[in-house]
Amino acid sequence: MSGLKYTQEHEWILRDGNVGVVGITDYAQGQLGDVVYVELPSAGTEIEAGGQAAIVESVKAASEVYSPVSGKVVAVNDDLADNPGLVNESAEGDGWFFRIELGDPSELDDLMDKAAYDAFIAGLK
Amino acid sequence: MDSSGQTPKRTPLYALHEELGAKFVPFAGYAMPVQYRQGILAEHRHTRTQAGLFDVSHMGQVVVVGVNAARALEALVPGDLQALAVNHVRYTMFTNDRGGVLDDLMVTNAEEHLFLVVNASRKNEDLAHLEGHIRGCGIGPRRELALLALQGPTAAAVLGRMVRNVATMKFMTSIIASIDGIACRISRSGYTGEDGFEISVRDERAEDLARRLLKEPGVAPIGLGARDSLRLEAGLCLYGQDLTPDITPIEAGLAWTISKRRRGEGGFPGATVITGQLRDGPARRRVGLKPEGRAPAREHTPVVDANGQMVGEVSSGGFGPTVGGPVAMAYVPASHAKVGSHIGLSIRGAVHPASVVSLPFVPHRYAK
Repeated sequence: MSGLKYTQEHEWILRDGNVGVVGITDYAQGQLGDVVYVELPSAGTEIEAGGQAAIVESVKAASEVYSPVSGKVVAVNDDLADNPGLVNESAEGDGWFFRIELGDPSELDDLMDKAAYDAFIAGLK
Repeated sequence: MDSSGQTPKRTPLYALHEELGAKFVPFAGYAMPVQYRQGILAEHRHTRTQAGLFDVSHMGQVVVVGVNAARALEALVPGDLQALAVNHVRYTMFTNDRGGVLDDLMVTNAEEHLFLVVNASRKNEDLAHLEGHIRGCGIGPRRELALLALQGPTAAAVLGRMVRNVATMKFMTSIIASIDGIACRISRSGYTGEDGFEISVRDERAEDLARRLLKEPGVAPIGLGARDSLRLEAGLCLYGQDLTPDITPIEAGLAWTISKRRRGEGGFPGATVITGQLRDGPARRRVGLKPEGRAPAREHTPVVDANGQMVGEVSSGGFGPTVGGPVAMAYVPASHAKVGSHIGLSIRGAVHPASVVSLPFVPHRYAK
């Protein structure tokens, strides 16, 4: 998918006007294994860039998910409550976590594009 | 390197695990497969519906040899070993002077000796414990042996095609057998709640045996991830979480492992504490907990009462794939241990309601 920006903590964000859609990367879901629960922030929550925004739980363990940017959460993906496996099936699509109103759109410039992220995860192996 | 700074040891099946696409984790000093390509959920379901093959070669296998081996070992465990018939297997535990558990183990009466299977994380301590306390017996670690487990509803059919007399074996019995010329000790036992077998085999034949079993229809390799979710749903204790030196077998709900004779005679470490708890009831008990929502309550999650006061702690918890939701085991005061009691689980600061339920979460399907 083009236009996605990535963090070193394996979140992605897609800009949609003054809002960003956030999820975890396909690489991250592969490392986690089967996702069985996602704890999402409440709409209205203000989060700093790099602040804890959600919890994703696999069969094995719970992991923190951080917001790639600062802003206010405006919506969450309710489908994950009944179908957390969406994160495995479509991490960078239907398995999105939340939508955040961008506090400072220039923060997006600090994130990696797809090529840079691919090079980053290649270096982790 | 694991956290101890040691290069992890490998079981004789390491190369096979790699070939099967295993993801490895350090466990008790070994590099062990946590899952294969199917993933933990699918591996769990496979074991509940067909047959799963587990490498548990990291576990300790030890023989105790001597004319009075059963009596001698009874000095360290509350299990009734003198009543253990030839080729029968018993579950018991090493206790300390406070009645706490140093390790849990399986003991087989192998006629000329006792055959012990102990936890990987405790095998060195167990050996020292045996050598330091057992008089008049030889203690022999069988480091040359691997251990495979074949578990699931089709395990008996699979193994029955290779070994004629396994079909008639009862749960917790053991035989010496040959599988296509490979000498083994086969026990009808396991750690999943399903019917199944544990097969002890020499290291150099283990890969050959594993490959033969994996060639059988319906047999898939299963990692430690599913092993943990299977045993949790089966309500079975994991040493280090549900059993520790500070938890007695009575608190853990394992009074059934202690016979009338051993209750009466004592003669094992912590007998005073344990017989006292058998008489008066323990102050706390291991219970099953069913959280109402979908959030898993993991090890060390605080259990709180209606006033928000912490009354206990989750010892093992997570997602139960067969249950289809979170399940947990916890130690709570006897006053909160009744099935149907409502308690709370404090997960990341928020209290989630849960009920005390009977164990196991998924019925055992042993060949009794």
